[in-house]
Amino acid sequence: MMYLADVAALTRKDLRVELRGRDTLPAMLLFVLATLVVFHFAIPEDAGDDAAYGLLWVAIVFTALLGLARAWVPEQEHGVLDGLVLAPCDRSAIWLGKTLATLAFLLAAQAVALPAFVLFFEPLDATALVGVLLADIGICAVGSLMSAMAAAGRAREVLLPLLVLPLAIPLVVGGVGAAVSAEGGRFLLFLLLYDAVFAVLSWASFEYVVTE
Amino acid sequence: MGVALVLALIVAPEDADQGISQRIFYIHVPIALTAYFCFGLGAVKALLLLWRGDERYDLESYVAIHQGTIFGALTLITGAIWARASWGVWWTWSSNQLVLFLVLFLFYCAYFMLRFSLEDGPRRARSSAVYALFGVALIPVSFLAIRLADDFIHPTVFTRDGPQMSGTMFATFLVSWGAVTLLAYVLYRVELAGKHLDADLRELREALQ
Amino acid sequence: MIRGRGLEKRYGRKWVLRGVDVAVPEGGFAVVTGPNGSGKTTLLRLLAGLAQPTRGDLVVGVDRGRVGYLAHEALVYRELTAVENLDLFGRLYRIPERRERIGMLLERFSLWDARNDRVSTYSRGMTQRLALCRALLHDPELLLLDEPYSALDEDGAALLDRELEGLAGGHTVVVATHDPGRLEALQTGRLALA
Repeated sequence: MMYLADVAALTRKDLRVELRGRDTLPAMLLFVLATLVVFHFAIPEDAGDDAAYGLLWVAIVFTALLGLARAWVPEQEHGVLDGLVLAPCDRSAIWLGKTLATLAFLLAAQAVALPAFVLFFEPLDATALVGVLLADIGICAVGSLMSAMAAAGRAREVLLPLLVLPLAIPLVVGGVGAAVSAEGGRFLLFLLLYDAVFAVLSWASFEYVVTE
Repeated sequence: MGVALVLALIVAPEDADQGISQRIFYIHVPIALTAYFCFGLGAVKALLLLWRGDERYDLESYVAIHQGTIFGALTLITGAIWARASWGVWWTWSSNQLVLFLVLFLFYCAYFMLRFSLEDGPRRARSSAVYALFGVALIPVSFLAIRLADDFIHPTVFTRDGPQMSGTMFATFLVSWGAVTLLAYVLYRVELAGKHLDADLRELREALQ
Repeated sequence: MIRGRGLEKRYGRKWVLRGVDVAVPEGGFAVVTGPNGSGKTTLLRLLAGLAQPTRGDLVVGVDRGRVGYLAHEALVYRELTAVENLDLFGRLYRIPERRERIGMLLERFSLWDARNDRVSTYSRGMTQRLALCRALLHDPELLLLDEPYSALDEDGAALLDRELEGLAGGHTVVVATHDPGRLEALQTGRLALA
């Protein structure tokens, strides 16, 4: 399908740009590791094992925000976004390409962060990891859209966290629940629901955010 | 009309013969329901804006959400008073409704930040509309999340006092609800008219220049 | 091909276009002139479909896949090479025989030798020429050029002159420029914005 080919071309473009520029991914990696170390000093001794999972999710959300803040920067240089919007392809393909690329960066950062977390704090079972994956999808889907919204205005670095954090709260609930609760499956289903609802919503509404 | 409104609001709680916490209930819940309704209205107007493209809907959506946020803040305040009266604390995480409202309040405050940072025009109208739609999608999803979170967040120390409503209490509740809804509607119309007036004045001023 | 009546555009509190009428027949070559801030760029954006007029009617007789737009900004990715940029847009515009077309355009605008260098290493003139390649890549029916000569040196300008001569007549062209004299010979109509 032409649509998927467009998305693939756009995602590939984002990966290539990042590989050349190397702005975002190293920053995300360092940020998440540094945050984990800070947490070690921030948690009191007797806080209980579960507290660490909560902090893991805080680290993930803020690392994702870091990546999302830079997500549309390549399109803003030389006004390329206009060029993409002018093309006959579906505008939602632009959103999907960007979301997949951001997801790739987030997963790459987590490939380092999660083993570090297990090393420093607590083990992670399969349910927890699936929870991380599902929540990643959710936050990248919603975040790409919000990032595009914020990019058009002033104070965009401040605005993006404000727009994303309330929407991220259910994801944190889902992620921590998947890691901590005995009935992790329920939380995974919930995350699936979130992803379905908000990914579709983001996919459908991107067109309206990026055109006048 | 305003007098009738105020009377209705005062009479309704007076009718309730239970303790203070029950009386607050008659105001708190209608206010909460009205806030939900305003957010819903804002989303409907937003959808109309995106679908029909008439910029008139932008202002209507904004005013509806503005009202919703005010009533949302009132929900949190009356909720805090209720918590204080019932359990002696100003805030509790075990009231799912209060927590939900906190999340929504944060969300819709960000709505205003978004509008503030974008320039007036179709861009701002459309982005606001999309955000408003996300808001109503967030309501059920958040509620579910909070229910699930009860599992592991904080142990439920306070049990919620869901009042069983008898006939007269129910009637009082309805009156109160009607009064608050009416109040919201009046405020909505007033604010909308005010905004239209502002816009008209502005156009006149520009035409004269 | 293009018919606009009473076009008005407002950004925030500022009215950028007021009561503009425009009519360009198919195959026409329209030149839009006016001082800075008169709304030339805004008008082209309206024609390209990147913005909707606040008031007025506008009909552009082609769909967006057949429009080529050269903006003030280059609309190319800094970190990608010329070839990679054109390849991406080539895919998005569904160009048949992409490779050949890209090679031909790069040659025509003297960018063949720099084709595998990143745009970040280009001079302003080279970037502008690449932007032109991008605008012409899909052989558009309607070509909108916003001050195309501004960043070009003499050689680049000569290339553009030749290109425009070739396009005139077979394609519909709208050019916004400070230097209308240059296009006097080709133009079929002129629009002056206050």
